[in-house]
Amino acid sequence: MANGNAERAHSGGMIACLRRGALFASLAAALAMAAPVRSLAEDAAPPAAAAPAPEATAPAKADETAPKVAVIPILLARELREEPLPLSLLDLPPKDLGLAGAKLGITDNNTTGRFMNQEFTLETIEESDPAKLIADVVQKVDAGMHFVLVDASPATLLKLSDALKGKEALLINYALPDDSLREEDCRADVLHTAPTRSMLADALAQYLVWKKWNRWLLLLGPTEKDKLYADAIRRAAKRFGAKIVEERTFTYDSGNRRSDGGFEQVQQQIPTFTQSAPDYDVVVVADESSLFGDYLPYRTWDARPVAGTAGLVAESWHPAIELWGGTQFQNRFKRLADRTMRPIDYNAWLAVRMIGEAAARTKSTNFKELVDYIKGPSFEVAGFKGVGLSVRNWNGQLRQPILVDTPKMLVTVSPQQGFLHQSSVLDTLGVDKPETKCKAYTQ
Amino acid sequence: MKRIKVGALLLGTLSALALPVPAAYAYTAFVTNEKDNSVSVIDTEKLEVIKTFPVGQRPRGVILSNDGKWLIVCTSDDNIIQVYDTKTYQLVKTLPSGPDPELLILHPSGNPLYVANEDDNLVTVVDIQSGKIVGDIPVGVEPEGMGMSPDGKVLVNTSETTNMAHFIDTTTHKTFDNVLVDSRPRVAIFNPAGTQLWVSSEIGGTVTVINPADRKVIGKVRFEIPGVTKEAIQPVGIRITQDGKTAFVALGPANRVAVIDTETLQVKKYLLVGQRVWQMAFTPDGKQLLTTNGASNDVSVIDVAALKVIKSIRTGRYPWGIVVAPF
Repeated sequence: MANGNAERAHSGGMIACLRRGALFASLAAALAMAAPVRSLAEDAAPPAAAAPAPEATAPAKADETAPKVAVIPILLARELREEPLPLSLLDLPPKDLGLAGAKLGITDNNTTGRFMNQEFTLETIEESDPAKLIADVVQKVDAGMHFVLVDASPATLLKLSDALKGKEALLINYALPDDSLREEDCRADVLHTAPTRSMLADALAQYLVWKKWNRWLLLLGPTEKDKLYADAIRRAAKRFGAKIVEERTFTYDSGNRRSDGGFEQVQQQIPTFTQSAPDYDVVVVADESSLFGDYLPYRTWDARPVAGTAGLVAESWHPAIELWGGTQFQNRFKRLADRTMRPIDYNAWLAVRMIGEAAARTKSTNFKELVDYIKGPSFEVAGFKGVGLSVRNWNGQLRQPILVDTPKMLVTVSPQQGFLHQSSVLDTLGVDKPETKCKAYTQ
Repeated sequence: MKRIKVGALLLGTLSALALPVPAAYAYTAFVTNEKDNSVSVIDTEKLEVIKTFPVGQRPRGVILSNDGKWLIVCTSDDNIIQVYDTKTYQLVKTLPSGPDPELLILHPSGNPLYVANEDDNLVTVVDIQSGKIVGDIPVGVEPEGMGMSPDGKVLVNTSETTNMAHFIDTTTHKTFDNVLVDSRPRVAIFNPAGTQLWVSSEIGGTVTVINPADRKVIGKVRFEIPGVTKEAIQPVGIRITQDGKTAFVALGPANRVAVIDTETLQVKKYLLVGQRVWQMAFTPDGKQLLTTNGASNDVSVIDVAALKVIKSIRTGRYPWGIVVAPF
């Protein structure tokens, strides 16, 4: 289960597989790295380029007068990037990750739209060259597509925002959890439906603290993203009174995610890696790319639960949640995409629903009116989380409850009971107004 | 059920020397237990569960046939409606519905039945005698609340994700107006005079009162409870007294029922009940209001005249729907 981990979104993976060439080489040179790199081809096929996805459900008229239907076009821009593949076959990214969620959002918007004489359309740009992606998006914006859902690297997202400066455009980041994009690098024209790492870490921490598992053994991977996740965990520990008893970095060279056998060595390696730790209650693992974290449960030296990016995970959505009418939502998605909904799909669905909600409430298709409404105090969108979701007016982040779950089941929903806040309990998750480094919203 | 009607007994023996009569008549309340796949039967005089009987999977919305003989239950996970005998608790028959039926309402004439099917954006019209689907009405995303005008001419359905009250002509089965309300509308109900339509918005935290004649919003009821977070105030069930003067609104995880003056739309009082209160039903004499409290597995009994909670009755797990029979 990805924890809002954008970079799993794409299925390149060839280079990454090779890069991992030697996970347990030191232990077993004999085990041939036989797994054919192309064996994942069924999931790694490059997504079809720029296929427009017409979702034009014919608007049914509520009466006979056939009023004029106003169209609100939405653009979805994905930067295809090479990312390592996760360990579990179950976690391999589907080709339409995120896109399927956006499509469902369009369908839902149009069901409402037929009563409002509004119609939403979706067009997609998928591109691996950031410069070309940006140029294509700018062209579309100039042609009248003002709402752009973005799944791109932090650098590309910022460049895209720069390129659109002065134009009528709203970017909605549904993929990246980076706090920096809401803080020091925040932009007034970028909203975020993806929860931040700090929101995810706080959601997890509140539950661990409620459980009185206050002593954490922090195990982190070598990547930059793992360091950022670990930062969020450290911050959460401090905020909620937990203690990190020791940190260990997983420095083994990661290997190919698949080989015939393999469990024998993992079974030896993980206990050794977690041996002789000071007393602790729970392992917290920071491994966003799933290079080793999913090996930890049931293999640690001490019998301890695992949380973080593996085991007990905090994320924006879970395919098994049925609370708050979620069943119908899950069913609709499965019918549309022929698979279960992942957090990034949910984030993309929310982005489209935000636009739809604003259009229905303002009864308008005017860009500025919609954006002002979304950022304004009366905006609220329902997202199958039991409370209304709204935009933080200091950094453009959508505030929302966070699910804490295991691969099969929901465990709890944060914020936890007893964590209080003067304005919204949802703001106990992530960077709060007094702490923000974002200036774009106050100028 | 041979329960003696206490009021009648007192009258018969003591004639006019009536004590301050407590809820005099023994009625029967039926409560669907969503988690237990059962129905709890409550004697409203003894205020206790006298029987629990098994039904289909995930029972939610529940109503009675006009003659009181049938208990009609949405068994959502079976994608069907079950009909039980209200005396013997035996399954009489099943009625078709679309997928995942949740709430239903009968035409005042006793037939047909209108069912909100959450999973396919349709209201299904079912003839309860023949057991046949006689119509489908397309509405918004996740249809839920079902309100019927007292004259039976207008059906109102709310759709949870579209956030609208859809006004449907019951003769043509066509939607003739749609009114936007706050987020996630759950329940729609007309006042007895048919001059107000009340719609609760669970996520919006409000109740919208609409004039059915011109479909204009008359006003909104807002709630504020000291010590309860705004997010916990989630209006769901609504009931209006027979005289039309007072409305009761169940506020979900705020664990309270709001008492509202229907003229000023001001909250007069909040009554503390069990946890996650959703649906409610009056006894036929209007003296008691029973609430289903999903998270605490009980039913609270409100004395309507005194505006006091007088008892809580343990039910099965996650009590959801409730209906009270006039016997």
